[in-house]
Amino acid sequence: MSYTPHTAADIQAMLAVIGAGSVEQLIADIPSQVRLAGPLAVPPAMSEPELVRKLRELASTNLDVDSTLCFLGAGLYDHFTPAVVDALTSRGEFATAYTPYQPEMSQGVLQAIYEYQSLVGLLTDMPLANASMYDAATGLAEACLMSCEIAGRSVVAVSDAVHPRYRLVLETYLRTSDCTLVTVPSQDGLTEVEAVRVAAEAGAACLAFQSPNFFGVVEDSEALIEATKAAGLVSVVAVDPVSLGLLEPPGSFGADIVVGEGQGLGVPMGFGGPLLGFFACRLEHQRRFPGRIVGATVDREGRRGYTMTLRTREQDIRREKATSNICTNQALMALAATVHLCALGREGLRQVSDLCLQKSHYAADQLCLSAHCTPAFDAPFFKEFAIRCPAPPERINEALAAEGIIGGYALGRDYPALVDCMLVCVTETKTRADIDRLVDAIRQIVESF
Amino acid sequence: MATPEGLLYSKTHEWVRVLDDVAEIGITDHAQAELGDVVYLDLPEVGRTLAYDDIFGAVESVKAVSDLYSPLSGDVVEINAEAASATDLVNSDPYGQGWMVRLRMTRPEELQQLLTEEQYAAFAAESAH
Amino acid sequence: MAPEPLIFEQGSAGRRSARLPECDVPGRDASELLAGRRLRRRLDLPEVSELDVVRHFTRLSHLNYSIDTGIYPLGSCTMKYNPKVNELCARLPGFSRLHPLQPEATVQGALQVLFETQAMLAQIAGMAAATVQPSAGAHGELLSLMIVREYHLSRGERLRQVVLIPDSAHGTNPASAARCGFKVKAIPADARGLTDVAALARAAGPDTAAVMLTNPNTLGLFESDISQVCRIVHDAGGLVYCDGANMNALLGLTRPGDMGFDVMHFNLHKTFSTPHGGGGPGCGAIAVGEALEPFLPVPVVTRGSEGAYSLCYDRPQSVGAVHSFYGAFLVALRAYAYILTLGPEGLRNVAEMAVLNANYVRAKLRGLFDIPQDRACMHEVVISATRQKNEHGVRALDISKRLMDYGIHPPTNYFPLIVPEALMIEPTETESREALDVLCAALASIARECSETPDVVKGAPHTTAVSRMDETAAVRNLDIRWRPAGA
Repeated sequence: MSYTPHTAADIQAMLAVIGAGSVEQLIADIPSQVRLAGPLAVPPAMSEPELVRKLRELASTNLDVDSTLCFLGAGLYDHFTPAVVDALTSRGEFATAYTPYQPEMSQGVLQAIYEYQSLVGLLTDMPLANASMYDAATGLAEACLMSCEIAGRSVVAVSDAVHPRYRLVLETYLRTSDCTLVTVPSQDGLTEVEAVRVAAEAGAACLAFQSPNFFGVVEDSEALIEATKAAGLVSVVAVDPVSLGLLEPPGSFGADIVVGEGQGLGVPMGFGGPLLGFFACRLEHQRRFPGRIVGATVDREGRRGYTMTLRTREQDIRREKATSNICTNQALMALAATVHLCALGREGLRQVSDLCLQKSHYAADQLCLSAHCTPAFDAPFFKEFAIRCPAPPERINEALAAEGIIGGYALGRDYPALVDCMLVCVTETKTRADIDRLVDAIRQIVESF
Repeated sequence: MATPEGLLYSKTHEWVRVLDDVAEIGITDHAQAELGDVVYLDLPEVGRTLAYDDIFGAVESVKAVSDLYSPLSGDVVEINAEAASATDLVNSDPYGQGWMVRLRMTRPEELQQLLTEEQYAAFAAESAH
Repeated sequence: MAPEPLIFEQGSAGRRSARLPECDVPGRDASELLAGRRLRRRLDLPEVSELDVVRHFTRLSHLNYSIDTGIYPLGSCTMKYNPKVNELCARLPGFSRLHPLQPEATVQGALQVLFETQAMLAQIAGMAAATVQPSAGAHGELLSLMIVREYHLSRGERLRQVVLIPDSAHGTNPASAARCGFKVKAIPADARGLTDVAALARAAGPDTAAVMLTNPNTLGLFESDISQVCRIVHDAGGLVYCDGANMNALLGLTRPGDMGFDVMHFNLHKTFSTPHGGGGPGCGAIAVGEALEPFLPVPVVTRGSEGAYSLCYDRPQSVGAVHSFYGAFLVALRAYAYILTLGPEGLRNVAEMAVLNANYVRAKLRGLFDIPQDRACMHEVVISATRQKNEHGVRALDISKRLMDYGIHPPTNYFPLIVPEALMIEPTETESREALDVLCAALASIARECSETPDVVKGAPHTTAVSRMDETAAVRNLDIRWRPAGA
C-alpha cells in the first residue's frame, strides 16, 4: 500500500508539463554505478489490516504494565494520565505541524509552548525555561557544558547519586569537549555538602546533583545549593517535577540551572521514549541557553501574539558558534505536559505528589515489617526507595515474575556495594492491595530460599 | 545611505573616527541597515589588546549575527555601555551615539589602509548586489 | 479569529478537573516523612475544569496550520502525510505501556521492533548497522561525529580535527561539528550548484576528520560526483558523513553506503512519516559502515541463536550513550509501521513521486520566478525572488507571508544561504496534482501582485489570526512566561 495519490494519467500529464518522457529521465543525475540494481531487501508491502494484525501480535508478546504489577521506576514512571491529554495532543493541528517558524500560522503551538515555559517556571521557580530538550540526560549534559562556559572552567562535578544513565550520557558528551568529569561519591544515599568542597578542590565549574536522586532520596537541595553558590560554583539540579507538588523547588534556593525528566507529566512510558527534558535557568544566563524559546510580543496591529525569540543563539543563524546544536525539541511532549498539568491543576498535582509519598512509605514500612527487608538508607524519600533484601534481588525478581509481578530495579548493576539492594517505586497508580500483594510475594519468596 | 566625510572605513563595514591617538569605532549606516533592528551588542572588556582584523565583539539583530572586526591595532580604553543597553542607538545614530569602542592605537600607520568615504560608498554599493 | 486567553487567565480558585482516588493507606504527615526538607509553600497551577482544558487547547489548535490542514511545502522538512494507522500502532498498550527496564523476556516484541527497524534502516542506507538512539537529526549528527572522533582516536590519529562542510549545508552541520570539538572549514559550491570537487581536494588532508555532505544537496540537486568526493576524502584518510535530511529523494533508488558514505543520519520525522509534533519528538537514527559499527552507543539490540532479543552493553569501543534509555521507541515504531506498509516498491515510489512533484512545480513556476538551477531537480526546487526584489521591492519573506492569505503554508525562505531571496519548495510525494496546481496558482497570482499591487504583498498576511510579529520587541522586552500576581 502507498500514500501517493498519483494515477497513471496524473503522471503522464505532469511529465508532459515538465517536458520529460519519464520519471527515470528526472533522476538521470544519479550515476548508474551507484543506482540500486534491484529492490530494497525489506519485507513486501502490507495492507492496513495486515499491518495492524502484525503489530497487535508483536504487542501481545510484550507484557505491558497494565497486565502485570510493575514496581519499576529508576528514571521513568507510571503516573495516571487524564484522558484529555492524548485526546488533545493527538489533534492533527498540533501533531502534524512543523516547528513554528511562521508565527502567523502557528499561534496554537507557540501559545502552548509559552504556557509550558510558564508551567516549568512556576514548578521550578525559575525565571527562564526553554521549549524542551530531548530528555533529562541530554538536558543535564547541556547544563553542565553551559556551566563550563559560565564559569570559564573545564571540570564538571557530578554526584554519583545522579541516575547512572544520565551520567553515562554526560560522560559521552564531555568526551567531545575540553571538559573532564569528576564523580563525587554519595554517603548513605545522600549527596553530602562535603561534595561541594571536593568539587571546588577539583576546580569544577559546577556541581550537578539530582533530587529526588537515583535512590529516590530527597537531597538537602537548600544546603547543597547554598554551599555550591558560596564556593563559586554553578549549581545544576535535576528534579522530578511530580515531587514539586510537595517539595520546595530548587529555584527558591537560588539554583542556577534546573533540569529534569518531564515524562511523568502525561507522557507515555513507551519503552523509554520519546521523553521530555525540561531546562530552566536564571535570567543572566539567557544568552548561553540551549534550545528554542517562545516569547510574547505584539503584531503590526498591536495584537498580543507569540513568536520564537532569542533566536541568534541557535544553529541556523550562528552555525558553528551556536550555544548548542539542538533544534528539534519535544514540542508535542511539552504540550502533553502542559495539558496534563492544567488537567491536574494545583490540587491535583499536590494530591498525586502526596499519594506517591504516602504509598511509597507504606510499601517501605510493610516490606521491612513483614518481608524481612531493611531500609538501605536512613534518609527521606519521595516515591521510590532502596531496600536491602535477604536474598539476591535478581532471584527475587525472577520469582516475582512467576507471580505476575515485576519487582524493583536491582541496584548491584550500577552500584556494586548495593548488590543486595532493590529500588522499589510506588506511585499513585498502586493500591494498598497491590502493595500488600508485593509484600506477601516477597515474604513468601525470601522465606522459601 | 549616509557615509559621512572625515571618517575612515573598513571593508568589514566598521567606521573609524580619529581623536588624537584614540580611534572611535562603530558600524556603518549601511551595515546597520543590512542587519535590521539591533538587539544585542557584545563588546570587549576595557584593557583588551586588539590586533588588526581581530574579532572584538558581535552585533546581533533578531535574525542575524555579525562579528565586529577591529580595523586597527590598539588597546580598548572605553566601550559604549549606553549603546550596549540601548541597542537602538546603533540603528538611529550609527556614527554618533551608536559608537562601540575606543582604542588607543598602537600602529597608527594602519589608518592608511582604510577606505575614504568615497571608496567605502563605492564598495558598499558594489557589495549590495 | 478571536485571541485565546492564557490558561492562567481562565478558571476560578478551587475549580478542579482530574480526580484521583482517596488515599487508601494510613495517611501520615508529609512534614514528618520529609523531615529536614522544606515543603512547598506556593503552587500557582491553573484551576480549571476539564471542559475549560478541552476548549482552550481545541481553540489553540484552530490557530495552527498543519499537514492535516493543507499543503505544507516547507523545503528540507519533508512535510508529508503522517499516516493515521501508525498512530494507532503507537497507542497499542503492548508498546506504549512498557517500562524500559522490564525483564527482556517481557519485552521481546518491543526489542524485535527495534532490531528490525534498525536492520531495515541499515538496508535502506546500504550500511552495516543502525541505531535509533538519537532523538533528532542534529542529535544524530552529533552522535555520528562522536563516532568519527572515536574511530580516528582508536587508530591513533589525534590530528584529524577538521570537518569540511559545503557552504550550502544546514546550520546544524557546523553547529554539531563545533559541539563535537571539531574545527569547521567551508567548501564552496561550483557553478552547477554542486560541491566544488577541486576545492574539496585542496582542503582534504591529514587534518581532515570528515566531510559532511547532504545528498541531494540543499539546492535539491544530486551530488553526481559523489563517488569521486568519497574517494578523495578516503584517500586523505577522512570519513564521509551523509546528512540524510533529503533521503526522501533517494529511497530505493540509491543508497548512501553504495555511494561511499561511511555514516549517515535519517530523520524518521521526515523520510519515514512520523509526525513533527510542532517541533518534536523526532528521531535522528544513524547508520554506519562496518568499520564504525563497534563504536555505536549502548545498548545494542542483538538477536541470539535461539531467536531471543537482548540488550547488549558489553561494547568496549562504544562511544557511550546519548539518551536516557534506547531512544524514541514510539517514533521508531511508527517508522517501522510505515516501512512495512510501503515495502520495497512503495519506498521507491515515494522517491519517484517526490521527484515528479518537485519538477512539476519547477515547470509550473518557470517564468514567474528566477530558478537559479533550472534543470531536473530531485525532491525539492529552490526558486529566487531576486527579480521581484529588484523590480518591485518585494522580498522572499513577503511572498511567503502573502501565501498565507491563500491558505497555504510558506516554503522555507532564505535557505540555502548561497541563493539570494531563496524560496525552497518541497512538495513531497503525498500531494496530488490538484494540490500542486493550487499552490502554483497562488504563487502565480502573487507574482502578478508583486508588479500590480506590491504593497498588498509587503503588508501580508492580512487574513491570519495575527499579522507579522514585532520580533525586535520580543527580544528587547523579553516576556517568556506568565507570572502570577504577587510572585
